[in-house]
Amino acid sequence: MSEKVGVYICHCGSNIAGVVDVEEVAKWAGEDLNNVTVSREYKFMCSSLGQELIEDDIKNEGLTRVVVGACSPHLHEKTFRRACSNAGMNPYLCQMASLREQVSWVVEDKEVATQKAKAMIAGAVERVQYHEELEPTEVPVNPHTLVVGGGIAGIQASLELADAGHPVYLVEREPSIGGHMAQFDKTFPTLDCAACILTPKMSDVGAHPNITLLSYSEVEEVTGFVGNFHARIKKKAKYVDEELCTGCGICIEKCPKKIIDHVFEVGMGYRKSIDRPFPQAVPNYPVIDTASCTYFDTGKCKACEIFCPTEAIDFEQQDTYLDVDVGNIILATGYDLFDVNRMPQYGYGRLENVFTSLEFERLCNASGPTDGKIVLRDGVTEPESVVIVHCVGSRDEHHNSYCSSVCCMSALKFGHLVIEKTDAKVYSCYIDMRTNQKGYEEFYNRLLEEGMQFVRGKVAEITDAARIPEEENKLIVQVEDTLLGIQRRIPVDMVILMSALEPRSDAGEVGLQFGISCSMEGWFTERHPKLDPVATMTDGIFIAGAAQGPKDIPATVAQGAAASARVQGMITTGVVEIEPVVATITEDMCSGCRICNTLCPFNAIEYLEDKEVSYINTALCKGCGTCVAACPASAITGAHYNNEQIFAELRGLLFDVTSGNGAKAPKEAPEPVSV
Amino acid sequence: MRQYAYFPGCSLEKIGLSYNISTQETAKKLGIELKELEDWNCCGATAYAHVDELLAYTLCARNIAIAERENLDLVAPCSACYKNTFFTNQYLKKDPDMADHINYALEEDDLHFSGSISIRNLLEVFTEDVGLEEISDSVSQPLKDLRVAPYYGCQILRPKKDGEEIEQPDFFENLLSAVGAEPVDFALKTRCCGGSLLISSREAALSMIHNLLKNAEDSGAAVIATACPLCQLNLECYQNQVNQEYGTNFSIPVVYFTQLLGLAFGIPNKRLGIGSELIAATPLASFAKK
Repeated sequence: MSEKVGVYICHCGSNIAGVVDVEEVAKWAGEDLNNVTVSREYKFMCSSLGQELIEDDIKNEGLTRVVVGACSPHLHEKTFRRACSNAGMNPYLCQMASLREQVSWVVEDKEVATQKAKAMIAGAVERVQYHEELEPTEVPVNPHTLVVGGGIAGIQASLELADAGHPVYLVEREPSIGGHMAQFDKTFPTLDCAACILTPKMSDVGAHPNITLLSYSEVEEVTGFVGNFHARIKKKAKYVDEELCTGCGICIEKCPKKIIDHVFEVGMGYRKSIDRPFPQAVPNYPVIDTASCTYFDTGKCKACEIFCPTEAIDFEQQDTYLDVDVGNIILATGYDLFDVNRMPQYGYGRLENVFTSLEFERLCNASGPTDGKIVLRDGVTEPESVVIVHCVGSRDEHHNSYCSSVCCMSALKFGHLVIEKTDAKVYSCYIDMRTNQKGYEEFYNRLLEEGMQFVRGKVAEITDAARIPEEENKLIVQVEDTLLGIQRRIPVDMVILMSALEPRSDAGEVGLQFGISCSMEGWFTERHPKLDPVATMTDGIFIAGAAQGPKDIPATVAQGAAASARVQGMITTGVVEIEPVVATITEDMCSGCRICNTLCPFNAIEYLEDKEVSYINTALCKGCGTCVAACPASAITGAHYNNEQIFAELRGLLFDVTSGNGAKAPKEAPEPVSV
Repeated sequence: MRQYAYFPGCSLEKIGLSYNISTQETAKKLGIELKELEDWNCCGATAYAHVDELLAYTLCARNIAIAERENLDLVAPCSACYKNTFFTNQYLKKDPDMADHINYALEEDDLHFSGSISIRNLLEVFTEDVGLEEISDSVSQPLKDLRVAPYYGCQILRPKKDGEEIEQPDFFENLLSAVGAEPVDFALKTRCCGGSLLISSREAALSMIHNLLKNAEDSGAAVIATACPLCQLNLECYQNQVNQEYGTNFSIPVVYFTQLLGLAFGIPNKRLGIGSELIAATPLASFAKK
């Protein structure tokens, strides 16, 4: 029994109708194409009236297939599928032809465009008759969530999920949560003390019954699919028994080995071999750094073990592994700072008093290496003049072309702290002042009034080669003052480099591990840059915070909350619908060659050892068709894109050069074109 | 026996004569054969490229074509000759149309540019091709406690070629250390000396030279080592004028690095051109071969 196809040509205002003769195409489809029961054109098919046209025809004309010639399926495939299912027809029996993006928007000549539109409609009409009724599958969603990264993004996401009653595993690779925010002194624009606003949240995380905090741990392996992930977490040995440790800190006091802390104190301060990163660490258990510990080196000392009142030191402790099942994963792994050694003209390392932004944060921090005093590297001398260099490694063709978003505000914050804590004169050398969020412009004005000086120019060089007596024993900042139109040499005591934010050095590997991709710069790729910033192309994996791109704390918190909201939605719904446009392997035809296994970009194909055939996980399969094309035995079929459907579409597209097949071919063959 | 096509360039014929002879002497000592290019022409120096780019490339292409005939890499001691020849080689290789155009002219001389050789500067020939070890081995008179400011100048490093370090290079310092000298931390080591600016803008040029001399002196250098005849000329011959203009009293000898190498290899002063300078190279006296 032949199908009854309804054809609908959308004007899309003048978008399509302005180029394609839509009345002609609709008329032609109704008259010349086989099995077309109704053929209409309408100004806006996506409107409710347009959709009603389809629904009414399905009911009244008994349509069994629908073709809509309109915009791209990206926009309205869902709309028209829904209209069909509202009228009781399986949504996959509807096919769209993109007459806008693929015809009217790219073809100038109206006749050629109309002809192309006809071809596309013919193709869709041919194809749709081979469509099958498909049903989406449902998989349950595990209510547990894995949050990777215990900075402010991960903390926010975890708290929101936990407060909603859902269990969370929070994995953090450092001994304490807090991330980079814990290293800061003050936060802009409110000048809140970073620790004061962060530690209550850290405390909540530590105490929350729904959060399992796995610090000093890393995710080793992830398998599974949305709603059903399985993760193996490595808990690195701390050599401290968490059950017994009270966090009293005697071990730290008694430890005789002092080393430079390169992580939290960024090389500016010291730590003991057994130590916690900062006093308000959560959890508060110290960790032994085996590389510097005397016991691990020579077998002697053991001062910590001797003095510990609860016998919590355990030198025999091993790494342990924890296997967890979760429904969703949020990656909030944060950022690294640009290595300023890559810009030797700024003299970092060679010239003593050139500091990075993070080093300066530690200087200002009251629990930092100088107890919050802003002094030079000698630990004693207060600077009389400071230059803050913007855009070190950002907005730079040679390094990172993007803007790191937070440095202008951070520079203003530093300027304020210098003015508040010292008598020094402070300059900012900037390209633009980017102060575009709530309260930011006002903060800039505040600094203008506090007397901070602003030089518009990117610093060319920082040198100690003095030319005049005033420059002797100073750091000379060479910069073009573009507003004055002159070159300036500003002799100062201290220089602060606002280093760019960069993706974590292992972001690529982490991305691969979880099955998501990174952008060219290395940030995790969101599903849509404007409309879906926390989801990824992999269902069930979300991203939040600086790992997605440089941003300030308010934006980070918002993303952490957004990611948790998405996960909460999934948990509440309880099930996840998997699109049926997937590939299937016919077992009998599969020879187990496994060519498809490595080709699948979504790691959806596994090999069944016992049956010696490959198997596609429909939850992970995105229906891309790569395996379908590659299988040498043609053992794989792609639902909704099988051979019959594709050939039918080709026949339709070539309607004016092939005979029969539902369209009247021209009486003469077309003129050959001379080249 | 390492062989190179040797392009002395105009300066080395007269004003940079000590560079020429000291290069040849040290090369011989290290077993390098420098075969002077037959009938070479001027490279166009710093001025010609701004007058007529095509003709400027043709000048250098001719020299390269002559070297290609010998199938030898071309080495140019002068930084300007090196820079002009190197970039001509690079551009013509990338732009076959321009190469064709220029070859049309070269054919008149039975010459043809094909991009088959490399262009080297003298410093890299010593540090990379010969290697620091072999150089150290040839030293009979280490320049102990001789504080030298390694003046790279600008044209050896810029334009940037291939991701090499142009802000803080260290190959010149390594070479000096290999012969026992003490390279100082010379902050302005890659800064321009002004080149031919003295002709068009004396004040600007003197200011640049003054900065270099002051920084060299502040760094504690007893002598400045250069790799370019124009740098040497600017820094040495105009010290008087700088002193007059700025009220300073600089008297720093400026020598070619090959003269220092030759000294360390035990080659007599006369064969290195030491003794012919305007500012007496007194700090080198103690190392002279008796």
